[in-house]
Amino acid sequence: MARIDLNHIRHAYMPDPKSDADYALKEVHHTFEDGGAYALLGPSGCGKTTLLNIISGLLHASHGELLFDGKDVTRLSTQERNIAQVFQFPVIYDTMTVYDNLAFPLRNRGVPEADVARKVHETLEMIGLADWAKRRARGLTADQKQKISLGRGLVRSDVNAILFDEPLTVIDPHMKWVLRSQLKQLHRRFGYTMVYVTHDQTEALTFAEKVVVMYDGEIVQIGTPAELFERPKHTFVGYFIGSPGMNVMPVEIDGRNARLGGQVIVLPGAPKAKAGGSTELGIRPEYVRLGSEGMPVSVSKVEDIGRHKVVRASLEGREIAAILGEDESIPADPKIVFDPAGINIYANSWRVETGG
Amino acid sequence: MDKTWNNKAWFMVLPVLLLVAFSALIPLMTVVNYSVQDTFGSNEFFWAGTAWYEEVLESDRFWNSMGRNLLFSAIILGIEIPLGIFIALNMPRKGWGVPVCLVLMALPLLIPWNVVGTIWQVFGRIDIGLLGYTLSALGLDYNYVSDPFDAWVTVIVMDVWHWTSLVVLLCYAGLVSIPDAYYQAAKIDGASRWAIFRYIQLPKMNRVLLIAVLLRFMDSFMIYTEPFVVTGGGPGNTTTFLSIDLVKLAIGEFNLGEAAAMSIVYFLIVLLLSWVFYTVMTSYDAER
Repeated sequence: MARIDLNHIRHAYMPDPKSDADYALKEVHHTFEDGGAYALLGPSGCGKTTLLNIISGLLHASHGELLFDGKDVTRLSTQERNIAQVFQFPVIYDTMTVYDNLAFPLRNRGVPEADVARKVHETLEMIGLADWAKRRARGLTADQKQKISLGRGLVRSDVNAILFDEPLTVIDPHMKWVLRSQLKQLHRRFGYTMVYVTHDQTEALTFAEKVVVMYDGEIVQIGTPAELFERPKHTFVGYFIGSPGMNVMPVEIDGRNARLGGQVIVLPGAPKAKAGGSTELGIRPEYVRLGSEGMPVSVSKVEDIGRHKVVRASLEGREIAAILGEDESIPADPKIVFDPAGINIYANSWRVETGG
Repeated sequence: MDKTWNNKAWFMVLPVLLLVAFSALIPLMTVVNYSVQDTFGSNEFFWAGTAWYEEVLESDRFWNSMGRNLLFSAIILGIEIPLGIFIALNMPRKGWGVPVCLVLMALPLLIPWNVVGTIWQVFGRIDIGLLGYTLSALGLDYNYVSDPFDAWVTVIVMDVWHWTSLVVLLCYAGLVSIPDAYYQAAKIDGASRWAIFRYIQLPKMNRVLLIAVLLRFMDSFMIYTEPFVVTGGGPGNTTTFLSIDLVKLAIGEFNLGEAAAMSIVYFLIVLLLSWVFYTVMTSYDAER
């Protein structure tokens, strides 16, 4: 296991990149700590797979360097980097048995057959395919095939890191839970450095200790699931995480007051930076209280999703979502207040601190 | 898994069955008809029973042609299949090289059989042919007209030149259908070049290779035009393969009955050997 340092990594797929737009990965400067469980979260095309392939050496970055435990590996091949990677779609060696599939990466590295047997049986137990060892891998279901792919990633105990590229896409929902919690257990038991790419926020938030949110070739925020939820650093994080996403509305700041149309919202503190350009106020639906006091709204739609209700309303002509308890009801003359704990202020889409 | 069989579907293939019957089965039946009768001309036929079959199966001439033909098929399969795989593996997968290679590979396949024969017939001549003249000038005693070994080499090289492309194109099609993720996973797993070939590329080429082997076997076992144009079956009978022999028998000697019996035996052998190839190569697939 190793600490992974990404030192000003930039990558372009075209040969002669000129502007920032030509880069699939604009600039990533970040450290994955030894033994950490990280999720790379972002929409399709944000560069998360590119970043993963740069770490594993399937791609070589156009600029910047990559260090494993302080050692420069930028120019090393995938084999020399000693990385395990699991892909989105199951890759299995059709003609081999399940056992041989798992033994393959070990045998290729000249591990003695006795150790191979021990490691493979251990891994088969772990992924729950112990009874299938002698079966040919060809006839298995997609679930089982992906478990074999996972197993091949886990079978080598000496790897520097295990990388997952949306590994559970093809798995049935209930199996997803099982496999994800197994991965988490493995991580706790063996302390692998794990990087897990996904565009599914639930997957990212349940798997990882630290979530790295990427957007348009850049890392926009790194934090614990709670940090991402409470204090999104960028409005994109606000939209992308949470269901429904954060309400973001343009406001004018005047000291501790934010003016939204005819309404004035009192902030927990005055924003520190003098905001130029556009200023926005972000608040998650969970912090919007619907009652008979505050700013008047007109309710347009109520979505009952079981545990709670999502209320879609209009405040000063802008769409706003609020969360309402399952047994609460909407008053005849609905009004809302913002819980100060949930208010964030953004200047040019980036969050600014508010002083006390 | 349980499937529901709809037997009415068989009626849907009836038109094709009729077409095949007219184009294949009925002509085949006329051959069967000849093979059990004898004629002394003037369109009079006598029942001959299995006499022609016995004569074919007891004749050394038939078994010699058969032996030559089996040897020929074995040699060209042994050369064309590995060579085809090797070339396909080394063909570019991207860029301008792809169309260039594909066109180059397709060229020999576009030339008519008898033209291929003529090309090599002239190419190998020691008086005016580039190949024959050069070899002679280098002091090699090469003459496909008089030397059986040289005749065999010429016919085999010609067939390899003509048909390896087919194997290449089939294998190439199999190779490009392998997703990148397989190669990436192999890199991660530390697989050697040989292991990648053995466990990823070869299994994925399995099916197209089956087709390549079957096509090349059937075709080489029935080869007629090219060796006929180049050597005419000689020197002596050394390059007389089954088809050439059959034509000599049927048209040269006008021995219709024996030729018909030989055709049937020949056909059954092709069918049997194709079935053996197919069964052996797919048995690998069937076992789980």
